[in-house]
Parts: sequence; C-alpha cells; structure tokens
Amino acid sequence: MIRNEKAKRDPLFHISKRETLPFWKSAGIRAIAIVAALLLSGILSAIFIGVDPFTFIGKLFEGVFGTERRIWTTLRNLSVLLLIALALAPAFKMKFWNIGAEGQVLIGGLACAVCMYFLGGKAPDAVVYLCMAVSGILAAALWAVVPAIFKAFWGTNETLFTLMMNYVAMQAVSFFTSLIVKDGSGTMKNATHLHGVQFPQIGNAYLLTILVAVVLTVGMWIYLRYSKHGYELSVVGESENTARYIGINVKKVIIRTMALSGAICGVAGVLLVGAINGTVTTSTAGGQGFTAIIVAWLGKFNPVFMILTSFLLVFLEKGTSQLDLMNNAFASMITGIVFFFIIGCEFFVVYRLKFRRPVRKESASDASVGGNAETPPSTETESGTPTEEKSEAESATEGAADGTASPYRRVCDKLAQGAGTVAKACAKGFGALRGTCSKGMKRLKSLFGKKNPEEQRTEEKDAEEEK
Amino acid sequence: MSAIVGFLSSAIRLSTTFLFGSMGETITEKSGHLNLGTPGVMCVGAAGGCLGATLYVTAAGGAVNPFLAVLIPALFALFFAALMGALYSFLTVSLRANQNVTGLMITTFGVGLGKFVKGALGSDADVAIGQICKYFRTLFPFADKLGWFGQLFFSYGILVYLAIALAIVTSVVFRRTRIGLHLRAVGENPATADAAGISVTAYRYVATIIGSAVSGLGGLFYIFDYVGAWDSGLTATEALGWLAVALVIFTLWRPNLGILGSILFGALYILPNYLNVGFAQRDLIQCVPYLVTIVVLVITSMRKKRENQPPASMGLNYFREER
Repeated sequence: MIRNEKAKRDPLFHISKRETLPFWKSAGIRAIAIVAALLLSGILSAIFIGVDPFTFIGKLFEGVFGTERRIWTTLRNLSVLLLIALALAPAFKMKFWNIGAEGQVLIGGLACAVCMYFLGGKAPDAVVYLCMAVSGILAAALWAVVPAIFKAFWGTNETLFTLMMNYVAMQAVSFFTSLIVKDGSGTMKNATHLHGVQFPQIGNAYLLTILVAVVLTVGMWIYLRYSKHGYELSVVGESENTARYIGINVKKVIIRTMALSGAICGVAGVLLVGAINGTVTTSTAGGQGFTAIIVAWLGKFNPVFMILTSFLLVFLEKGTSQLDLMNNAFASMITGIVFFFIIGCEFFVVYRLKFRRPVRKESASDASVGGNAETPPSTETESGTPTEEKSEAESATEGAADGTASPYRRVCDKLAQGAGTVAKACAKGFGALRGTCSKGMKRLKSLFGKKNPEEQRTEEKDAEEEK
Repeated sequence: MSAIVGFLSSAIRLSTTFLFGSMGETITEKSGHLNLGTPGVMCVGAAGGCLGATLYVTAAGGAVNPFLAVLIPALFALFFAALMGALYSFLTVSLRANQNVTGLMITTFGVGLGKFVKGALGSDADVAIGQICKYFRTLFPFADKLGWFGQLFFSYGILVYLAIALAIVTSVVFRRTRIGLHLRAVGENPATADAAGISVTAYRYVATIIGSAVSGLGGLFYIFDYVGAWDSGLTATEALGWLAVALVIFTLWRPNLGILGSILFGALYILPNYLNVGFAQRDLIQCVPYLVTIVVLVITSMRKKRENQPPASMGLNYFREER
C-alpha cells in the first residue's frame, strides 16, 4: 500500500548534469560551502569549548597570520603540502590512485638522511648536497615505480598496493634508524654536523622550500597542459582503450608518470629532511601524504587551483592548532567538517537539481504534508543554518510552481539546491517514518476499536486510490 | 607449553579487533565502496563505547549490571560507527564524491572526534572503562578449571565469540543467500545490477552502514577488552585499523578466511613482545603483515582467478545516467 503510494508520487526533483558553470558561479558555490562550514565549526566551538564563533574565526586568522614567523611557517608548510599534491596530480589525472605519497616522501627522506649521516663532514659540502638530493629523489621514484610496474603488466589494484607501501616505508624508516643509530637517541642526526650538512639557507630558513615549490608548480602546470607527456597521461586517464588505439604505449606512460610522481614526492622528502627537520622519523611526512590527496583532488589536478586548496588546508590546520585544545582533536574535527562541506558542494557544481512542478498540482495535500509542512523540525537538527536555507528552498519551489520568473529566483534556486537534498532526505525519512507510524497506529487502533480523524482521512485516501 | 598457549590465546584475543574491522570493511567493499575511513570509524566506535560506558556507569552509580555494562557501550559503538558509515555513503552515493578522498577525510575526522569525545568525558571515562572492562573479558567462568584447553578456547569475552560467529554468518550470507548475491552484483557491476532491478543505492547505503557498525565494534573491543584502558592519542587503534584494511585483501574478501587471517595478523603483531628482540628486528616483524598482503595482492592479480579478485567496481561510484 505504502509502496503503491510511493510509486505514484513523482520524485521531488531530478538531477541532471550542468553545462560548465562560469567561473564566478562555481567559485561562489564553493565559497558558500566554506563559509557555511566555518559557521558550523564556530557554532560547534561555541557549544563544546565555549569560544564564540567570531572569536573562533578571529583566532584562526591569528594563528595563521599572527606574527611574521607564523606567516613564514604557513608558507613553508603550504609549499611542502603543495609539492606532495603536485606529485599526485599527474598520477591522479591518469586515474592511477596513488595513495602512497606518504611512503614515497618517507623513503625519499630516509635516503637523504642516510647520505647526510654517512657523508656529512667526510665529503665536500656540495657533493653531500648533491648526493642527498639525488639519492632521495631516486629512492622515492623507485619506490613509486614498483606498484606502477605491477599495475601496468598485471593490473594489480594500485590503491591497495600503494596504501600498503606506506606502512612498509614507515617500518623501513624505523628499521634503518635503529639499525644505523647505535646511541639509542632514535634520531638519525649527524652529531658533528648538526646544521652544516643541511641545505644552505637562501635568505631565511623557509625560502628554499618555497622557491622549489614555486618552480615545480609552474613546471607541473606546463607539463600537464602543454607537453606531449601530459597529453598522453590524460588520454590514458580518460580511456585506456582509446590510448591504445591511437598508439600510446599505456604501460610506458603508467610507469613513467609514477616515476615522476615518486620523484616529486622525493623532492618533498629531501626538503623535509635536508632543509626543515634535519632528521627523519616515521612522522616526518606527518600524514601530509594523505592530506595531499585531498588537495590534489579538490584542486582538480590543476597546479594553480591546488595552491588555493593547499592554502585552505594549511590555514585550517595551523589556525585550529593555535586553539590548542585537547591534542588538536578539535582541530582535526574542524578540518574534517570543512572538507565534508567542500566535498559535498562539488556535487552542486557539477549537477543541478530540477524541482518538479506537477507535484504541487496533483496530490498536493499528500506531497506537501510529507515534503514541506512537516520537515522544518527535522531539518534543524541536520544542517548548520537550516532556517534560512529552508525558507529559500520553499520560495524557490513556490516560484517554480507559479511559473512566475521573479528576479530573485535565480539566486534562490542556487541556494535551494543545497536545501533541496536535505529536504528530500527529510521528506523521504519522514515519509517512511509516517508509514511505519501509521501502520503501528492502525494496529493499536484495531486493538482499541477507535480511530482518530487523521487516521480516518488517510485510510479514505488509500481506499480512493485503490479504486 | 604454557608460554605458547599464552601467546596463542592473546593472539586470538587481539585478532578480534582485526576480525571486526576487516569484516566490516569486507561488507563495505563487497558493495563497491572502498572505505578508507575504517581506522577512523574504529576510533569513533571506541569513543562511542566510551561515551556509553561513562553514561551508564554514572547513571547506575555503584550497582553495575554486567549484562547492561556490555550492551550499552556496544550499542553506542554500533550507533556512532554506523553514523560515520551513513556520512560516508551520503557523500559518495548521494553527493557522488570521490571515495578515496571521502574515506581519508572520515579517518581524519573520526580520529579527531574520538579524541575529542574522550577529552570531553575526561577522567570519568577512564574510571568507567576500568570498572566495566572485566565484564567484557570473561564469559565462561569455568575456563580456569580446564587448563590449557580452557585458556585456548573459553577464556575470552563475549565479543570474541560474537566476531567469529558474525564472520561465519557473513560468509554464508555472501555465498548462499539472495541478499549476498545482490550485494556482490552491486559491487561487481552496478549497471547490470541496476538493470536487473536491484537498488544500487539502497545496497550501497545499507552495506556501508552495517559494515561501519561492525568495524566500530573492533575499536570498542580493543579499548574495552584487549587493553582495558583508553588508547591515548588513538594511534594504536588507527594503526590496527589500517591493518584491518590490509587484512581484507589478505583474506581475499572472505570473512571466513578472515578468522584465520586475523589470528595470523594478531600473532605477528604481538610476536616481538614474546621474542625479546631489538628494535630493528621488531620493525621487521611488524612489517610482515603489510608485505604478505602485498604479495597476496600481486599473486592474485597475476593468477587472474576470477573468484579471488577485488570487487570489480570497487572505488567507483555509480551514476545511472553516466554510463
């Protein structure tokens, strides 16, 4: 019976793919998502840690731009994250899900640290620098090529393979550290040349990393956009069969791209060890290999957009860590929330929801009871700023129903899309809830032999529909 | 002899964490979802259990009912972990977000949330865990009287037996029932499943939510049974979560093999404690689970036996209109 009712009812909206949106519109949708997420985080912080939303956002900015030193470290962290994301971009564009950046960075760092440890002080500094850089980059490239070879020749699942390689790399780092370092300090530092073997500083301690990141960003942009290699890897990503048909050697492209990807991860590892930390530990990469995946994906594998996304991530990480609450637990929660919003809003950039008109005309009483009138209480529990969104959604659907083109409709439509999904979920959930409730009520009623007016009405309706 | 029995029985105990985690992940992956959020989900499960335990112990005062003391944290863990699964499937199925990205975000968020919940509960939670964990740990009072046999087979808490029973039930459901057939169809080729009238959306949602709930029990078990104290920083829970993901591959997406596989992983994980080895060797031994997983992955891909492959559409979202 309920099933019948469902089948007859039109869906509230349907989803279709958009034409490409103008830049400002898609940027607007993303900006709305970020603002909404920050507001929600602010509200959460007010509830849980007693910091009101505005102070909260103020503190974020203070944490990132508060002092000159903070600005420099922000820029440096951004550069490292961006470097790793740059490494991932060509692989992801090829639809090779390299989630092993963490391990590749670590192995690069390990090779670099080993060179630093053994050669430091024994060879001219320039030779040591060269060895550090070359060995780190080569080691990381080799580490990345292993899963690529298996993927190219036997189709081994690269996501799982690279994921596992991360942990092998971590164990390798701690294995070699405890094998080489006998003094029990657990860190591979060259005691005699604590700072001497680190890369020379350019300007200040941060600039080298930043410069390398800038150069590689431009280089990667050109590589992906204008080089033959970049073209080949995007064809392989779109369709391997097409690539094979037009004479691209798919295996070669996969292996070459992963070698490049690993090499850039190696650069990040070398910089982390040689210019930033001076040593290697299992937490040298610090989860940035995973964070970079999000950066690359949200940046649509475009190096220029990736600067923005990695800035956003570093901003959140540094800003929230300045709040310094409960071992950064709140920080990673906030980061999570913001990125759920951003991931979610991509949907509204790519697709549009079209609300249906005839829903209102036909079974108006039925649909509106389920869809609109009853939803607000449940919406409030679900989203951060429900009331305004909700009202806009309603006005948008009403506008659609009347067929009048109000000047505000376009803006409302956009906002309504966000509210639409929430509303639909609520309506669906509510419908199901109502179904089960009415069933249960019926059973109760049959026990007590009484019927309340609402129940009678729906029963009459059902009877009508059956006729 | 007693050392070996002790080693085996603690391997079997630890294996339950892996078994819950990997079973949940297997259910999820069979539907075509590669949920890399499993470590986070396990942390959330642990934190949920912590919340439930604290609430219950505070409410009950002195008189703690053993049955409720196990049931309430377990229900909380299931609920919270299921919520994470629902969030994951909302983002990937309804909003069509990339699965790897979403999963990794779930891990970040879940670990943060877990720490946060524990931080908010404070020392009350430690007291509650200390008070309750003994009810998690014993089920058969006669185990001590049976010598090594009792220690090996009857000395565990209820969650250990529940995990093994669930693993067997899951593998029967996968192989012998219509639901299992549909689920595998959705994971292998959602377009075909959709054409056959199976609701891809519903199967993916339900499988992910159930899978996450089961994974959450793994975190609960680790805190309440295996350690009996909060894992500060949740680093161990997260590491175990990644091992659980590895175990899914190692056992070729079969929960019944998972029982043996998880015992092997558990044994490898605790082996260094029993061998009295240096740090370097310890690292080598801890590396083994990942290496054997890679080897299994490579061999199955080389042999190309169809029943041993990962679900074909794993990691790919399905949109009907984009075929």
